[in-house]
Amino acid sequence: MDQKLNDILLQNNSDKTRLINILWDIQRQYGYISREAVAQLSEALNLSPMDIAETISFYHFYRTKPFGEHTIYLCDSAIGRMNGYQAVRDALEQEAATGFGAVSADERFGLADTNCIGLSDQEPAMMVGDVVFTRLTPAKVASIMADLKAGKAPADIANPQGHDSHTLAYVESIVETGIQNEGAVLFQPGRDYKALLQSGLGQHPDEIIDDVTVSNIRGRGGAGFPTGLKWRLGREAEGAEKYIICNADEGEPGTFKDRVLLTRSPKDVLLGMIYGGYAIESRFGIIYLRAEYWYLKDYLERQIQDFRNDGLLGTDILGSGFDFDIRIQMGAGAYICGDETSLIESCEGKRGTPRIKPPYPIQQGYLGMPTIVNNVETYACISQIIEKGGRWFADIGTEDSTGTRLLSVSGDCARPGIYEIEWGMTLNEVLDMVGAKKPMAVQISGPSGECVSVAKDGDREICYSDLSCNGSLMIFDESRDLLDIVRQFMHFFVEESCGICTPCRAGGVDMRTKIERVIDGRACQQDLDECVEWGALMRATSRCGLGTTAAKPILTTLDKFPELYQAKLSEAKHALLASFDLEQAVGEYDYAFKALVEEASK
Amino acid sequence: MSISITIDGKEIETEEGETLIDVAADNGVYIPSLCYMRGKPCLGTCRVCSVKVNGNVMASCTVPVADGMEVSVADPEVADMRKALVEINFSEGNHNCPSCEKSGRCELQAVGYEVEMMASRFPYRFPVRTRDHASEHIFLERDRCIFCQRCVEFIRDKETGQKIFTISERGTGAQIDIDEELANKMTPEQVTEAAEMCPVGCIIEKGLGYNDPMGKRKFDIKSLRQRTLEGEEV
Repeated sequence: MDQKLNDILLQNNSDKTRLINILWDIQRQYGYISREAVAQLSEALNLSPMDIAETISFYHFYRTKPFGEHTIYLCDSAIGRMNGYQAVRDALEQEAATGFGAVSADERFGLADTNCIGLSDQEPAMMVGDVVFTRLTPAKVASIMADLKAGKAPADIANPQGHDSHTLAYVESIVETGIQNEGAVLFQPGRDYKALLQSGLGQHPDEIIDDVTVSNIRGRGGAGFPTGLKWRLGREAEGAEKYIICNADEGEPGTFKDRVLLTRSPKDVLLGMIYGGYAIESRFGIIYLRAEYWYLKDYLERQIQDFRNDGLLGTDILGSGFDFDIRIQMGAGAYICGDETSLIESCEGKRGTPRIKPPYPIQQGYLGMPTIVNNVETYACISQIIEKGGRWFADIGTEDSTGTRLLSVSGDCARPGIYEIEWGMTLNEVLDMVGAKKPMAVQISGPSGECVSVAKDGDREICYSDLSCNGSLMIFDESRDLLDIVRQFMHFFVEESCGICTPCRAGGVDMRTKIERVIDGRACQQDLDECVEWGALMRATSRCGLGTTAAKPILTTLDKFPELYQAKLSEAKHALLASFDLEQAVGEYDYAFKALVEEASK
Repeated sequence: MSISITIDGKEIETEEGETLIDVAADNGVYIPSLCYMRGKPCLGTCRVCSVKVNGNVMASCTVPVADGMEVSVADPEVADMRKALVEINFSEGNHNCPSCEKSGRCELQAVGYEVEMMASRFPYRFPVRTRDHASEHIFLERDRCIFCQRCVEFIRDKETGQKIFTISERGTGAQIDIDEELANKMTPEQVTEAAEMCPVGCIIEKGLGYNDPMGKRKFDIKSLRQRTLEGEEV
């Protein structure tokens, strides 16, 4: 038995619900997760080796073979491709002397693509080890690669001043924070958290929930469920334990607001979670942090430790008799884990597969116990609501969309970054604010949201009843090839589908084939009609939000920009469909004939 | 608690919290499914049992009935969705009924007949999938797998409770795997159970091929619809 691996198991209490952490510990120790390691885990956790492989193979960042001393993940996103992704990719291949998906001959570099890593305001960007490099150019890549070849650690290159990884200076030396305006609710400086919590805990849990209810805040993850109601149900739910989870998976392409909140206002988020714990009588909180944000982990651990040291977390918090603590659960690379039930599965050490509902997390969530899952921004807002009152919050924004919305703005505009807006702003006002020139289309809420036309939808309001927005706002100007962006989004959903349900797993592929066919000029009207029909099938019958929204890149652009599709349709020249390539279909005839003749003559 | 719901306009008395697909079967309404097994936990993977509940499309194996629920099974729009979902299974994998050992006792084939499918409206993909013949008693013919996950969830090693069948990778790259060591420990009865549980011809018992002649095969004798409505374990 390997001693280091044994230590890893001991640190995790040989608890199979901590499998995600155990696998990370192994990979960080050895560079990859070997068959031998899996065999040893299998013994210790009473899981068959293939059961462990189920989990390993589900997540993008786990490796079962060595993949270079430095594994470099270049973000392949629509925004990156608009900002020089291809040149950076070429430079990486040249400098690393290997192609993507492969390891260099000297085994120093492995190159891989990855989906949006939450840096759309500063792409192209890549992950190397625990850090990221942003605003990449071929020259910058050459310099980074030279340093890596010279034996420098990635963190030392990204953070030349050598800041402690537990500090804000470290995080900000790696990534620009990018807050572009001053809003009404979030990022308030100089808060006295001890006094705030003291005052909050002086209220009855019902009063806390009443304040949240009065504020009329709706979940900031995108679905918009009323948070007050969720907390009320959480309080009423019965369970030996209850859990508070903060969803910091932030995987929707184009979104990076949670990264910024966790950088600038991490204690707001912790405070909101503590209120949640107090309100529903939970003792444990979990922050599910996407692996792409590993550079935030030490810093967040320090914030949690500060709270413990000051008596804001732990037992008998500020003399109230209330116990609560928070741990960070790292993700391992799966967009689907932004779905709350997938996230819970992942927290339990399993594949991030969405659960059947009901039961809802509020009834049976983490470890089968009542669980509240809220977005990072929701908790940060609640820390303000409990201080200033639900009515104060309800007076901001519109009647059905109270408070503010953090927008992660990227794409074709002068000032990408984070904007805190009051709900109710029109799309045109937002585009003016961020300096968008000649915008044609805006992708609201990422690929799972909708693509709107600036000409047709500019006067629409950003709010739940009109243009509902989860925070992602990508701007495409008139020069962009929108159909190619749609293709990239469809490809994203195919890659990120967990595959558990048929419509999403199989339908996504067929829809991607359709958009490729349109782009190739081999589609006819029937293909477009089938897109609408099959898209409706996926929307109606898929198991979770990923599948129900996965056809939207095609459906929403087909609705707003039908002319782009029509211009690509081909005229039927003969009885065959345009998509049928006769040459290709009979192309292998000669080859097959020869092979058969050879076979027969043997 | 006794409640009342309607299915296709017909009023039905039942108990709150019962599963909709079972309630329907008990009242003579057949809803096709490829993953659901009565009496076992809902898997919710195939979505072929989709119906309209108060106007919304839902997989009926995931729906606990509640008082006043209005269910539509026959609604043409949702009936066509069920048919489409059956069809997409045929185009996603490689299903050659005439040469398949499971023909006549295959649930996918039987459901195909039930929804009156002729050909798949989706493009046939002819995927290349590898077979796994390594274990002593089982062929894994992955061409036919529809990822229902019955084997993954319901077949366990008797001694340790560990999974014998697992699913690796995700999305289009997903595949069912078999743990050779644990599979070789399976009793003949358990091997048969696994092969019969598989709704398609993916898990095949070695040494047994076309056991029954045509006309005397499982679904020749009594249709899947009849069996479901009679509450028989399929």
